[in-house]
Amino acid sequence: MIDKQIASPAEAVKDIFDGATVMVGGFGEAGSPIELIHALIDQGTKNLTVVNNNTGSGHVGLAALIENRQVAKMICSFPRTANSLVFPELYQAGEIELELVPQGTLAERIRAGGAGIPAFYTPSSVGTPLAEGKEIRQFNGQDYVMEFGLTADFALIKCRQADRLGNLVYNKTARNFAPIMAMAGHRTIVQAREIVPVGTIDPESVVTPGIFVDGIVDVGDPQHESMLVAEGRTYP
Amino acid sequence: MSNAATNMPAEHIGWSRDEMAQRAAQDIPNGAYVNLGIGIPERVARFVPEGREVIYHTENGLLGMGPTPEDGGEPELINAGKRRISAVPGAAYFHHADSFSMIRGGHLDICVLGAMQVAENGDLANWSTGAPDAIPAVGGAMDLVAGVKTICVITQHVTKKGQPKLLERCTFPLTGVGVVSRVYTDLAVIDVSTDGFRVVELAPGVDLGYVQERTDAKLLAANA
Repeated sequence: MIDKQIASPAEAVKDIFDGATVMVGGFGEAGSPIELIHALIDQGTKNLTVVNNNTGSGHVGLAALIENRQVAKMICSFPRTANSLVFPELYQAGEIELELVPQGTLAERIRAGGAGIPAFYTPSSVGTPLAEGKEIRQFNGQDYVMEFGLTADFALIKCRQADRLGNLVYNKTARNFAPIMAMAGHRTIVQAREIVPVGTIDPESVVTPGIFVDGIVDVGDPQHESMLVAEGRTYP
Repeated sequence: MSNAATNMPAEHIGWSRDEMAQRAAQDIPNGAYVNLGIGIPERVARFVPEGREVIYHTENGLLGMGPTPEDGGEPELINAGKRRISAVPGAAYFHHADSFSMIRGGHLDICVLGAMQVAENGDLANWSTGAPDAIPAVGGAMDLVAGVKTICVITQHVTKKGQPKLLERCTFPLTGVGVVSRVYTDLAVIDVSTDGFRVVELAPGVDLGYVQERTDAKLLAANA
């Protein structure tokens, strides 16, 4: 029998090694797998390259992982938002590296990586500083910039519902990067709000088929970043 | 452009933010798929004329975005500005690669964005001042301007310090090259034409000379 369930967040992240590339789902707080990130903080894994649209907020979740000096490099599209306190300070001090990628290019790099496409051409960023030093090629008289597909050693994502095979359903705009990160992660670990018996999820409604998922942890009542930030909470 | 007009507080001249948004909303046709940027562009949705059905896209994965619900909303239903929103009946959720396929694939009709600078050739700068100590952040702006069929800008005509934002050439790093079609400012509605900026409409009490004084590029009159 296939059973991808893992007993705890701590066990789920135990194979993540120093220097690993880790994709972390979420757009702002929506879809952020806080419990898995906190388990990674507990574990103390260092020198990570993290792929996420943002850099977290307050002093919990992804921001706390960065604040704990576990992240050497961020690959993201928007590293400063309201309540984003940790990254800007470390970046200005030259203590963390940033690879800035337009959001759609970031999404497509992840999708391509997960789909076995090593590189592609996009019109986004042509004529801007973000295209400097990259290959430009004309198709039908228009310039496009070459971007590389992106894969990761691990993907950490969050979903609303999962079964033991790893079929996933998400919640509203918390879906965002999770389905493509699940494809691009060599080992994809999911925190699910609910784990249901196989056959419960309508096959027509499965968003991420289980083939893209390696481990599932039951986190029934996940914390919400904005609430923790509003309470002034820190982690650890 | 009398001195009396120049010395008056800026908020008494030209359109208010809501009036700019209202003016932009008049140009959104029935059936359009529209992406609204953060800030003044977000207000456009409030002013779409009765009888027109418009579908709003937010790039973090929703077609059919509605306003912030009265109960304050929920943390997993947000827009690109991370503000809590609602989903209208008939809405659809999707992942980021699909969302940007809608954008880059030319499926969205109109995008209304804010701007730091717009040039008379349609170049847009709205993500970075290029200052060495700035934290660069681009989000989805470069994808939107590269893919959406019509790009409109809503912006104050000048910066808080009074510097023109409509220029012959942008001095800040570009978001996109030759992408802007129309600009709605507090002073005028201005098209980017093959000959440069063409004034389509002036705010009440504002004349062409007043707008020209606050623009670092030649303005063409509506029918010139």
